[in-house]
Amino acid sequence: MMNNRMRLEFPALSQNESFARITVAAFVAQLDPTMDEINEIKTAVSEAVTNAIIHGYENDPEGIITIEAAIEDRSVEIVIRDRGVGIENIEEARQPLFTTKPELERSGMGFTIMENFVDELEIVSKPNEGTTVRLKKRLEKSKALRN
Amino acid sequence: MSLSIDMEIRQHVLCVRLSGELDHHTSEQMREKIAKVIEDKNIRHLVLNLEKLTFMDSSGLGVILGRYKQIKQADGEMVVCAISPTIERLFQISGLFKIIRLEPGEENALKRLGVA
Repeated sequence: MMNNRMRLEFPALSQNESFARITVAAFVAQLDPTMDEINEIKTAVSEAVTNAIIHGYENDPEGIITIEAAIEDRSVEIVIRDRGVGIENIEEARQPLFTTKPELERSGMGFTIMENFVDELEIVSKPNEGTTVRLKKRLEKSKALRN
Repeated sequence: MSLSIDMEIRQHVLCVRLSGELDHHTSEQMREKIAKVIEDKNIRHLVLNLEKLTFMDSSGLGVILGRYKQIKQADGEMVVCAISPTIERLFQISGLFKIIRLEPGEENALKRLGVA
């Protein structure tokens, strides 16, 4: 398998949440992942993009979200970046059920779900500069090789 | 991608069948639709049939938890059924099964609430 990469850029509109996760899933499809792996990647990407829209840009469609994905052997690295308000306390934000927007019925489970669905999760954020979420997932051997 | 919401009322039980994708974008319409019916139609219990739900993330958990709280106010019960393995993991991770009952299918869920 050749190593490969892609880059995606779109405004912070909620209808782009499905666009983002489906596009990343289509890019990863070349590794012949299992159904579970694809669902886990889609969910983690959806969480990060939703955070960027709701928290990073507070629903301002002027905000731009970028996603870069890279494939190396059977590993996928996905970087979701916004230039929004940033996270003041990352440790607090990562706690299960923590949310700054309970009135919007946010569950506060976004980072916990990302942690559960990928192998590595790194969050870099600075108030008023933005947030970068780096996800890494190692895929099982492909079906073609397994048989 | 969109979400379609099919609703059926049996006595005091509201049965909601979701198909499509439940994320932040679609969760708002789900919240509005279901919250209004629960209020207007004097609903006591809620059944969520997720058989045709192909995607859900934590925004979905938020809106489900919100309806649980609404139903709980009238001392009602919430049951989910026909859940896929990935969505079942979301429920497990967030501890929702401690408060929301899981049944294999819609018939079991309705029976459990005494309206099958």
